[in-house]
Amino acid sequence: MIRLVALLLSLALPAKAEEIVLGLSKDEVAITATFDGSEILIFGAIKRDGPVEVPGDLGVIVTIAGPDEPVTVRKKDRRLGIWVNTESVEVDVAPTFYAVATNRPLDEILTPAEDLNTRISMQRAIRSIGATADNAQSFTEALIRIRGSQGLYQTIPEGVSVAEEALFRVLIPLPANLTEGDYVAEIYLTRDKQIIDLYTTTIAVKKVGLERWLYNLAHENPFLYGLMSLSIAIAAGWGASAAFSAFRR
Amino acid sequence: MQIYLPIAEVSVNIFLLLGLGGIVGVLSGMFGVGGGFLMTPLLFFIGIPPAVAVATEANQIVASSFSGVLAHLKRKTVDLRMGTVLLIGGLVGSGLGITLFNYLKALGQVELLVQLCYVVFLGMIGSMMFIESLNAIRRASKPGGSVPKRRKHNWVHNLPFKMKFRVSGLYISVIPPLMVGVLVGVLAAIMGVGGGFIMVPAMIYLLGMPTKVVVGTSLFQIIFVTAFTTMLHATTNFTVDVVLAVLLLVGGVIGAQIGTRIGVKMKAEQLRIWLAIMVLAVCGKLAFDLLVMPNELYSLGTGGHS
Repeated sequence: MIRLVALLLSLALPAKAEEIVLGLSKDEVAITATFDGSEILIFGAIKRDGPVEVPGDLGVIVTIAGPDEPVTVRKKDRRLGIWVNTESVEVDVAPTFYAVATNRPLDEILTPAEDLNTRISMQRAIRSIGATADNAQSFTEALIRIRGSQGLYQTIPEGVSVAEEALFRVLIPLPANLTEGDYVAEIYLTRDKQIIDLYTTTIAVKKVGLERWLYNLAHENPFLYGLMSLSIAIAAGWGASAAFSAFRR
Repeated sequence: MQIYLPIAEVSVNIFLLLGLGGIVGVLSGMFGVGGGFLMTPLLFFIGIPPAVAVATEANQIVASSFSGVLAHLKRKTVDLRMGTVLLIGGLVGSGLGITLFNYLKALGQVELLVQLCYVVFLGMIGSMMFIESLNAIRRASKPGGSVPKRRKHNWVHNLPFKMKFRVSGLYISVIPPLMVGVLVGVLAAIMGVGGGFIMVPAMIYLLGMPTKVVVGTSLFQIIFVTAFTTMLHATTNFTVDVVLAVLLLVGGVIGAQIGTRIGVKMKAEQLRIWLAIMVLAVCGKLAFDLLVMPNELYSLGTGGHS
């Protein structure tokens, strides 16, 4: 909603001096049996009515956000000599994937107020609204740290390369453990730390083929899936031992 | 070569899985054990979510025990009556185990439960086997040593609801086998093991069954209990990964064939002492993880309001 308002505001600017024209290396990521991560190339140009006369520094921010899913962050503590989960905090808004790439450090091309509105930076994009624990902050930090180490949360300052104030490109790596869903890519253009244009597009990430079929069956018809797993496993075990003993002879 | 597991939702090297299956297969062939109690912790170590590891391992055990039980049925070394009594207990236990598993999963304590079960049971079994095989080696080197006599009658024989088990040549109460079955069922659900390592000693020492029918009868019970457990996990948790199960199984079956051939060439006492050391090592690693402060104190669980 806030983003929409920001978009409307930017559209309402009297004369839109600069605009984004975008290209994507692919608008779909297929998770196949041999899926081992992927990467997405986002490139584009800045269209202008006239020569560059707008003052201020140019900023390009590219974000990709995976589907939102609430997540429980648990903290271990020592109880009776062993480490067990004790406290937990529910993080309500936690994208399963979030990457933010910029052409320069974010604070140099975006005001804190704009960040608060658009929730671009990692700290703003992930929040726990209902958290009651006093130290909820350390739990969201832990979430960012853990997902960061899995390559799911990435902050790539200076990841966007801009050529001649007109062309930009960025390569965003996608790890193997992606969650399915629509990934929203947003490209912001800023001048003097103010957003002047926004371009939004979606990238569909989905399991395909056998992966898709097994996953659907397991969730929609678990009884049949269970029976199938058992019979496949029995057949495979039997087959492997028969093949091995035939091979020995 | 990486393979993406559809249910576990992680990408793992296919040769690592085949290799793990193979190594555990070799060990299970050598020692004549199911191997579930080694495989499940190894799956935790390579990053498979514990819930998926436990459920998938149950599926794998069904398949790996299947050809074994067929061989025993052919040789008529299965006490079907005893197996059925154990099975009834096992199904009840498995149901109880899944309920406990799902309850603790909602609380975020399921990993702790699984790890604690492993530490306790592996520790117990490992040290018992270690001491027993040490004594056996010592006895073997001292020719005059007497073999301790097994008591023929214990409290088991004084319970009501007696039943005749012809194949085992027993006339005992159904209560002890039912209890053994329940315990094994609970362990199958929580730990993703067949439970042979508990059931076989219980059948010999507690029920007094003849050794020749013990393995076949326990395999008979294990197949049905793990199959039931697999179905329960598949329908309540959606955590059975068939791709993972098949890969482990193919490695495991081939490994078991090799292991059996190695096992024949080794001395029984030596084999048992190595198995005991291995069991204690896995137990030690799990205990170490519980006792030492982890690098990352925080962990993520699926959200929701359970």
